Formats: sequence, structure tokens, C-alpha cells
Amino acid sequence: MSEKTQESVLRVDDLSIRFKTRNGSSQAVDSVSFEVARGETLAIVGESGSGKSVTCYSLLGLIPQPPGVIESGVAQFASQGQQRDLLRSDKQTLRSLLGDKIAVIFQDPMTCLNPYLTIGEQLVEPLRQHKNKSREQARQRAIELIEEVGINNAKMRFASYPHEFSGGMRQRVMIAMALITEPELLIADEPTTALDVTIQAQILDLLDELKKRRNIALIFISHDLSVVASIADRVAVMRAGEIVETGEAQQIFKQPQHPYTQQLLASVPSGPKPAQSSQVDPQTQPLLKVEHLQTVFEQGKAGLFAASPAPTIAVNDVSFELRHHEILGLVGESGSGKSTLGRSLIQLIKPTAGSVQLDGQELTQLNPKQLKPLRQRMQMIFQDPYASLNPRMTVFDTLAEPLLYHRLATRKNVTPQVLALMDDVGLAHADIRKYPHEFSGGQRQRIAIGRAIATKPELIVADEPVSALDVTIQAQILDLILSLVNKHNLSMLFISHDLSVVRYIADRVLVMHQGKLIESGDTETLWANPSEAYTQTLFAAVPQLGSH
Amino acid sequence: MARFILIRLLQAIPVLLVVITVTFFLVRLAPGGPFSAEKAVPAEVLKALEARYHLDQPVINQYFSYLGDLARGDFGPSFKYPGRSVNEMIAAGLPATAELGLYAMCFALLIGASAGVIAALKPNSAQDYIPMSTAMLGICLPSFLLGPLLMLIFGVWLEWVPVSGWGDIPGDKILPALTLASGYTAYIARLSRGGMLEVMSQDYIRTARAKGLPEWKVVLKHGLRGGMIPVIAFIGPAFAGLLSGSFVVETIFQIPGLGRFYVQAAFNRDYTMIMGTTVLFATLIILFNLLADIVAVWLNPRLRDLYRSGGA
Repeated sequence: MSEKTQESVLRVDDLSIRFKTRNGSSQAVDSVSFEVARGETLAIVGESGSGKSVTCYSLLGLIPQPPGVIESGVAQFASQGQQRDLLRSDKQTLRSLLGDKIAVIFQDPMTCLNPYLTIGEQLVEPLRQHKNKSREQARQRAIELIEEVGINNAKMRFASYPHEFSGGMRQRVMIAMALITEPELLIADEPTTALDVTIQAQILDLLDELKKRRNIALIFISHDLSVVASIADRVAVMRAGEIVETGEAQQIFKQPQHPYTQQLLASVPSGPKPAQSSQVDPQTQPLLKVEHLQTVFEQGKAGLFAASPAPTIAVNDVSFELRHHEILGLVGESGSGKSTLGRSLIQLIKPTAGSVQLDGQELTQLNPKQLKPLRQRMQMIFQDPYASLNPRMTVFDTLAEPLLYHRLATRKNVTPQVLALMDDVGLAHADIRKYPHEFSGGQRQRIAIGRAIATKPELIVADEPVSALDVTIQAQILDLILSLVNKHNLSMLFISHDLSVVRYIADRVLVMHQGKLIESGDTETLWANPSEAYTQTLFAAVPQLGSH
Repeated sequence: MARFILIRLLQAIPVLLVVITVTFFLVRLAPGGPFSAEKAVPAEVLKALEARYHLDQPVINQYFSYLGDLARGDFGPSFKYPGRSVNEMIAAGLPATAELGLYAMCFALLIGASAGVIAALKPNSAQDYIPMSTAMLGICLPSFLLGPLLMLIFGVWLEWVPVSGWGDIPGDKILPALTLASGYTAYIARLSRGGMLEVMSQDYIRTARAKGLPEWKVVLKHGLRGGMIPVIAFIGPAFAGLLSGSFVVETIFQIPGLGRFYVQAAFNRDYTMIMGTTVLFATLIILFNLLADIVAVWLNPRLRDLYRSGGA
């Protein structure tokens, strides 16, 4: 906890930043003030575009100017009894602080390390730059730190390249790199967003522990309130460039004052599925019956002289049933094979072995032509609404296409059906001629959902449909999905890495790990009492809002 | 890696065989022959000549005996220059051509890559537009125009460098190398600009900046390697192009290189000379492409691992 006696390391007052582009200007940051003290974690939370990253990057001279213009503000950084205004420091001074007294950890460890240089080379760089250490001294220190952040075999790892590390390991390297010069201020920008939930828990613990041990000031930028709850001492909530509320973490989570904070907290999926009129059909015949399904990816072809590399078994002997009018959650970490399973079910990927039956009809043996009538009955919703919609098709084109293709409408009478679909997914009729880029992420996902339900399918495979969305939008889309499932009597396989989301929406849950289905059961039963060790670890790693 | 190289070399054999076969029959399909000239040659002389060079035999026999000679590294005698073998002529012409190509390549890399990197550091500014428009000009100006132009400006008006010759007066190699390099320089400039722009927008460049590294270090240490990958891939084909395309420059600047023989041989229907130079250039193209691929793999740690572990 911060104590008022503690000196503040960074004190920002009245910071305003404007981005000026050809299409006009926008206020990215609007008179923002905050401070962070030694040994304290300040979390800046907000949805995408709220200005939380821009705020911090502007202090470090890391935003491009132009188009960025810092209109006003003071950022006093205190280091060794010396006060400096970061916003008025010249490049030279800023450079001497960056990577030395102030360090940054970025979001995506997969892209933030230089793939062409060894881990060691990148680790010693700040020391060589700022501390005038010899190569050998720097190497020693780097190896010590690699060990401290929990990477085994540090000496050997020193000479490894980033691609030899997993995402979590890379983030550990990033942390080591940030801490190697013993900074006084650490800025972590969504440091766990790109990581699996179990890895996320480890990285959060590591950050918290290192912060305490070194007594540094930590600014933790995140969109994820549950993550913030587990690490922050104080919280600043940002919306549209402004800090709408700031206070002790306890108080923000227990008694949020600002309506936006309240809305944010309410949007975090928590607790069980809301009681519903929906009844899972207890019919004996399941809608989908999967038996011993296996999908194998060949890793390149065997050459004349090269033995063929071992194939990857993405889905390994998976059997389950999906009943009529049921939402079946499928959880697992990245690489567990859940997406491949989803795609194998609706034959977007041909499974290698096993059987998939839709209403008693075997799908795996059908050729594309035979599959066509069945495609109408099973549809898919993808994760990224930015990538899964054709940018050159209007809403009308996108929604009309499946109707026309499956001959559910003719050119003449398709418009009313498209409008009805738009009503279903909550899009305004006026937007019918617009292109995807004119919509926000949430609206695009509505279009994608509209496209999926256009043919009145019975089965929908939804692959991480809300992962790319902000939490308030996510809550809306989840509710939309629930209402559509009810209204159109759908059955759904809901794939997600986010356990809270799955708990909120699914009737039953399957847990996947390394290609295998390791556990399944009714959602609440499973939540209360996971039997497999892996499932227990997975559940324990989920950050909870109430954990503070 | 050794296996990768071996496979590529083995793959080259059928490629070369196709090149040889197609060229062999194509040149014989062309009207006329090595001994048909404006002035009619007496029939018995022609017959004797053809017998001497085995041209009286069926084409298929000629083909196989040529292949046999080739396997022993013998390109045969030249039809147009009696008493000289194709091997001798290549040996005489190749050094000048190779030297010219090498200089041109150095110029192209040095100037092209620097111009591209400089342009990429400040996109859409004068620093970008000036080198890139110059590059555009370099691509558009053919060497038969640029060569004489350079000669006129630097040789005749300014009198800085000699206008022709090869190795006679110091500095006489500068203009031909520059002329030959111009198009490649321009292309490399555009490639490196694109590559650098792409790399400099990567997250790891931001990481490097966040370490407080000076900008030149960010660019040279963190940016350059990735940014040069498209250029490396281009060097192989470019080198081959430089060698085989040096004909115009060699003619303009009076350089005793291979390019001139190549084109003259085609006009003269000097079958063995055409074959010899074609096979040589094809081999060089294959080798340089292989070399470029090896460098590209070596520069990229991920690919390096892939090849080390044996997957080809």
C-alpha cells in the first residue's frame, strides 16, 4: 500500500495530447493528472482507445510527433534527489533516463524482442548503454537476472534466440531486460494480455514480487479489471482521454463512484450463467456426436533426402456430444487444439480419423458437394471481426450472400430478410450500405453473427467470438448471443480461453489440453469441483475481481 | 545445412540439362549456320568444314557428343574463331566481366542500401523523395543512354575520369561500373526502403528505443538486419543479371569482356560459343541464387535452426 510519506517518483499534472491528422484532430489525452510513489503499483485501466498507452508513451518520447502534439502538462520525475520534467527534457536527457531509470515492458512478447539478436545481446544492451559495464560484467549480471526471473539454465539461455522461447518465457526476458539497470519507475503496458491464463498468473506474481523486492514504482496499464484487481494498489480509470476516477484499489472495486467505473465492473463476466428460460433439450438423440476424432497436421513433406518431420497431432482422440439447444463451452490454452477441433467439426479442416455426426448423418466422408446442403445447418463465428469480414462487401452483401448461395432468398426478396437479420443482431437499418471499416469492433462482430445465423443453422461453432472486444462490448455481445440462442433455438460450441466468459455463457464445459479432452461436465458442477489437476491449475490461475 | 546445399546442387543438374537441351536445339532451329555468310562458300569447302566440326552428323548424335564433351568440361572449338576453343575465349573474357560485375555490385549495394535506409528513416519527406525519385530515374534510364551521358559529363566536360578502356589508365573502371550499377542501385534502394520501413514499424524497434539507445544504434543494430532481407534475396539474381547483361556497357566502354562474345556468337550462329556462354551463365545464376539463399538463412536465426535440425 502506498503511504503518503513515500516520495512520489512520477507526478503528472494536466497532461493533454492531441493527434492532428489530415482528417482532423482528436483529443487523445485530456488534462490527465496522476502520481505514483516508490513501491506502489498504479494501474491505469480503460478500454481500447481510452488513451492509457498514449499517456505513458508520451512521457517517454515514444509517440511520433507529428501527428501527436503535447498541448500542456508537466511530468515531474524524481530520481536521486533530482527533479526533471520529462515533457520538457531534450532528447538526450530523455534517452539517458530511458532504459536506465525508467523501463518499459510491452504487451506482446512475441514481437517485442528482436528476432535477429540473441537474448543475451538484447539483455546486456541497457547496461552497456547506461552503466558503462564491460561486456563480461554485463553478461554476469544478465545471467543473474535471467535466473531471478525464473528461467532455468541461464548460462545456456543467454545465447538463445527469441524464437526458442515460449511466450511466457519471452515476457520473463522482457522483465529481466527492464530490470537490469535497476530502474526506479517501471511501466508495464498490458504485460500479460498476450499470454495464457496460467502463464499470466505466474508473470503477475513475478512482477509483484520483483517490484516489492526492489521497491520501485510500477505503472500497470491494462484493459482487464480482474488482472488489475490482483496487482494494483491504486487505480486510475480512463475513458476517452480522461481519468474519470482514481483511488485506492479497494475503494474502486468495492465502491466505484463514477458511473463508467460501475459499468466497467458490471461488464466483467463473473459468476454463473444467468438463470434462463432455456432448457437443454433432453432428447435422446444429440445434435452433434463426435467419436474418436483426430486431426493431424503434416509438417512439410518428406524430401528426397529429408525424413518427414514428426506430424503434429492437434486433436487427439476426442469424443463428445452436443445436445439440442445447448451451449457447450470449450476451454483450453493456446495451442491446446480447440480451434482445430472447432474447424474439424464443421469440416473446414478435414479430420484425419474418427467420426462427426450431425443429427445422425456422418460428415467426415462427404465431399464438398454433398456437404453444401449441410453447411446451411452449421455455421461459424470467428474471433477477429476485423479480419473475418470481407472489407469490400457492404453489410447487405455480407448478409445476403449466404441467403442467396443457399437459395433461401432471391435477389428480389432478399432485402427484407437482411433487414430482419440486422434487427436480430442490433444493427441500424440505415447502415445497410456501409462497409466493415465504418463500424466499430463490436458492431463488426454483430455483422459476423448476423452472417452466421442467416441460414437459420442449428449448430454454430463460435471461436473466441468476444476475445477481441472491449469488456463493455463483450458483455453486450455475450448477451446478444444468449438471446439469439434462445430465439432461434440454436446449439453452440463456444470456444474460449477466457474461463469467466465460458462460465457466464455455457451450460456444459469441455476442457482441452494438448489436443486431448481431459474433462467435461455441467458448468457449475465443474467449477465447484474440477477433478483433473490441469483443470484445477487453470481455474486457480483465473484472476478474480474480488481477490483484492 | 550441408544437406541443404547438396540437395540444391543436385537439383541444379536437371535444370542445367533442360537449359542445355533447349538452347542446343533452339540455336539449330534458327535459320542459317556458322558457315553461311553473305559470300557464298564453295560447296566442297562447306562440306569439309561441316565434317571437321561434325555438323554433318544427325543432330541427335551431335547433341550427345556435345553432352559428353561438356561432362569433361570441354565446351568445344569456336566455329567463328578458328583455332580457338570456347574455353579459351571464356577464360579471356570472364575476368573483365566478373570484375566489372563485382564493382557494379559493390556500388549498387553501397549506394542503393544507404539511399534506401536514409529514405526509410523519414518517409514522405524530402529525405525520402529525393533519393527515391533519383532511383526511379536510375531504373528508367537505359545504360546505352546513361553510359554516354556519364562519359560526356565526367569524362569530356569535367575530365575527372577516362572515357574508355579497361585497366589502362587509373580510374577507367569507374564509369562502366557505375553505368552497369545504376539500374540495380535504384532497385536495391527501393527494396531496402521497403524493408526498412517494414522493420522500423516493428514492436522490437520500439523496445530498442525504450532502452534509450541512440537512434543510429536502433537503426543499424536492430533495424538493418531485418530490413536487408529483401535485398539479400535480390543479390543472387542481380549478380547473374549483372554478368550476363554487361554486353551494352562493355561495348560502350570498349571492355574486352564476355558479354560481347555472347552477343556476337548469337549473330554469328557460333553454336559452341552460344552454348558455352549460356551454360556458364546458367550455372552462375544457379550458384548465386544458392549463395543468396544461404546468406538469407544464415541471417535469420529461426531458419538457421530449421536447417540445422535437418528439415529441408
